[in-house]
Amino acid sequence: MSEEIIIAGFGGQGVLSMGKILAYSGIMQDQEVSWMPSYGPEMRGGTANVTVILSDERISSPYLKVYDTAIILNQQSMDKFESTVKPGGILLYDTNGISHHPTRTDIKIYQIEGAKLAAEMGNKKVFNMIILGAFLKIKPIVKLENVLSGLKKSLSERYHHLIPLNKEAITMGMNHLNVFNAEQQIIHS
Amino acid sequence: MAELKLMKGNEALAEAAIRAGVDAYFGYPITPQSEVIEYLMAERPEKRTGMVVLQAESEVAAINMVYGAASTGKKVMTSSSSPGISLKQEGISYIAGAELPAVIVNVVRGGPGLGTIQPSQADYFQSVKGGGHGDYKLYVLAPASVQEMSDFVADAFDIAFKYRAPVLILSDGLIGQMMEKVVLRDQIERITDEDLIKNQGSWATTGKKDRHRNIITSLDLQSEKMEARVHRLQKKYKQMELEDLRYETIQCDDADYLIVAYGSSARISQKAVELARNKGIKLGLLRPITLFPFPKKQLFDLADQVKGILSVELNSGQMVEDVKLAVEHKVPVEHFGRTGGIIHTPEEVLEALEQKIIKHGDFRHHKTRESSIL
Amino acid sequence: MEILDIIKPENQVFCKTKLMTDTTLSYCPGCGHGTAHNLTMEVIDEMGIVEDTIGVAPVGCSVLAYDFMNIDMTQAAHGRAPAVATGIARTWPEKYVFTYQGDGDLAAIGTAETIHACNRGENIVIIFINNGIYGMTGGQMAPTTLEGMHTSTSPYGRDIENMGSPLKITELIANLPGVYYVTRQSVHTHKHVRKAKKAIRNAFENTRLKKGLSFVEIVSNCNSGWKMTPNESNIWMEEHMFPYFPLGDIKVNGKLK
Repeated sequence: MSEEIIIAGFGGQGVLSMGKILAYSGIMQDQEVSWMPSYGPEMRGGTANVTVILSDERISSPYLKVYDTAIILNQQSMDKFESTVKPGGILLYDTNGISHHPTRTDIKIYQIEGAKLAAEMGNKKVFNMIILGAFLKIKPIVKLENVLSGLKKSLSERYHHLIPLNKEAITMGMNHLNVFNAEQQIIHS
Repeated sequence: MAELKLMKGNEALAEAAIRAGVDAYFGYPITPQSEVIEYLMAERPEKRTGMVVLQAESEVAAINMVYGAASTGKKVMTSSSSPGISLKQEGISYIAGAELPAVIVNVVRGGPGLGTIQPSQADYFQSVKGGGHGDYKLYVLAPASVQEMSDFVADAFDIAFKYRAPVLILSDGLIGQMMEKVVLRDQIERITDEDLIKNQGSWATTGKKDRHRNIITSLDLQSEKMEARVHRLQKKYKQMELEDLRYETIQCDDADYLIVAYGSSARISQKAVELARNKGIKLGLLRPITLFPFPKKQLFDLADQVKGILSVELNSGQMVEDVKLAVEHKVPVEHFGRTGGIIHTPEEVLEALEQKIIKHGDFRHHKTRESSIL
Repeated sequence: MEILDIIKPENQVFCKTKLMTDTTLSYCPGCGHGTAHNLTMEVIDEMGIVEDTIGVAPVGCSVLAYDFMNIDMTQAAHGRAPAVATGIARTWPEKYVFTYQGDGDLAAIGTAETIHACNRGENIVIIFINNGIYGMTGGQMAPTTLEGMHTSTSPYGRDIENMGSPLKITELIANLPGVYYVTRQSVHTHKHVRKAKKAIRNAFENTRLKKGLSFVEIVSNCNSGWKMTPNESNIWMEEHMFPYFPLGDIKVNGKLK
């Protein structure tokens, strides 16, 4: 098994930490992982992205041109990364702030209203966990228990009381996923 | 017990420094390696092992603090990124000249000048061809993974003390900033001052006690003495070539074509090998792990087997010169690499191989044609 | 009475400093370096700390200090001695670490290293020989060259407008909290030699007590560089150097005088 993922959005959306939790979850189930961020001043307020690879074998390049899955959280990232999804691959995006929806018909496209759901949950910080939940619904590449133990590893102990909330957010994401039909530009709930 | 962690390359290197029983780290922040000193400061190594960590006023001061501590036989290191490493070159030359053990880490970014903070391999020449002034070389380790960022710290000190010579870990922004799974080595106790004096007392300036005075200097005003010093250094470099060369070959056994790449480029090229094999192209990868010593003989031998070689580097063509020297015109050698902080993708690497090497066919046939014209 | 009868310890009024080697000094006759070397070695000997002392030699006339001082020494790159000493002192906190530097080394190329080692209050001694000129390289202008003074790179005299004023680095660093003891001495008469030795002793005692940085400037002559006889140069030093670089303690026990 090998899964090559790009997660892209604004700095502050939890892009990098979502990638980190995914990578930790991979480690929890004995996989090889790599996490390659964009870095530098662009991380502050600008776009941020991270390439995460989970694999059963030694990972060659941590830096890629095309991906199995793109998780896209703003319009700039949509413009940049829609074309990088491998044919047959997956594009998951948050609808908030998206004016030009994806148009590719050779990939599977999913939507999640993560920002809205996070607001409903009363905690904007769980946004990325909602997105992660949606992704794991599409591709259960890591088990929920491994995500939770990954969370435990990546969070310092004083935040461990937030793990149940994160679990709730993941479930929220899993239950609110929509399929997007790019040809007709319509949503199937 | 070995410990498994998800860490950035820079963090893994810093943690490895504590675990390797390093006595002191002197540094100055610069992107993309500031995590090294940040991690060390946060970890309170003075409490964990008694390791000294100090933020110097400049890279120049930091390398001279390294020089000072190294002159007393302490296990000492510094890290920086390209512009900072330029500033350290004076000190590195002195460390080499005075024959001191020390480890220097360069997490390379693009240049020249202030350049870019994005990854690059443009400091190859600086690393393997001297960098500072004078007739010296560095033993250069090029990690290609977070695991190697961790492992190479202790390895580098082994070499530094074996030869009493500076060792460079040549990484880059990609390896420094990425996170991977890393198995951390067990904690090594720092050497006690008593044991240090026992082991290094023949040369280190630890205070004159029950022996003649020790002097650390790189100065020899008598030409014959200076030449003897230079010869002594060159002898060490020869021995490094004989005893401490490191490299890795990937799918070279049946290869028709070969990529030579180190560090992050080797990782990217490894994927290019997979892509090529999927297309039926028999491509192999030679990854120099040490850039000096360089796997000259291995390349010379592989040149009898393959039809062409592509040197893939994140620069305008530096290591390719050493590849050409090693191959001695047996087969065509070309360079491919992006600069300015742009990282080549595996697809680009494969395309370059097809364009620059495969399209031109077998060099030996060219040669026959040329000689028939003559 | 034979000569050997006269050479008895009780008759001896002067002897070679124990911690100086037998190597002939490379300094010009009349230069203050030899005396400053002697004093430093005498203090180390008298304190009984040779086993725990590490010296750092500079670049300049005293680059070969390690040939004359019979102690463990590391020779630093030009101006970097305070950083080198920092590296040693931080990893050997129980040792006595000192640098021995000239004005070009300490106050021009090594200004940053000097100021920051002082500011951190490194537990070291800095011995600073200020003769207002670059002696070793043949008499070029130093940061401490006086106004109007002729050197090979200020052949018509130091022009303040063009070349700035002579740098009072000692007063500058005295203002830093990390610096515990700052004094300016000279070694051109017995009286001054005795005072200078006391100052150096005081500096090393501060290291023993872990008080932070002690800084001993020695205003010295450079008869070769100044193109004078030794005697003329000492008179010139008194008349011209001392008014600009007045002798005496500047900071004692962490307090400015």
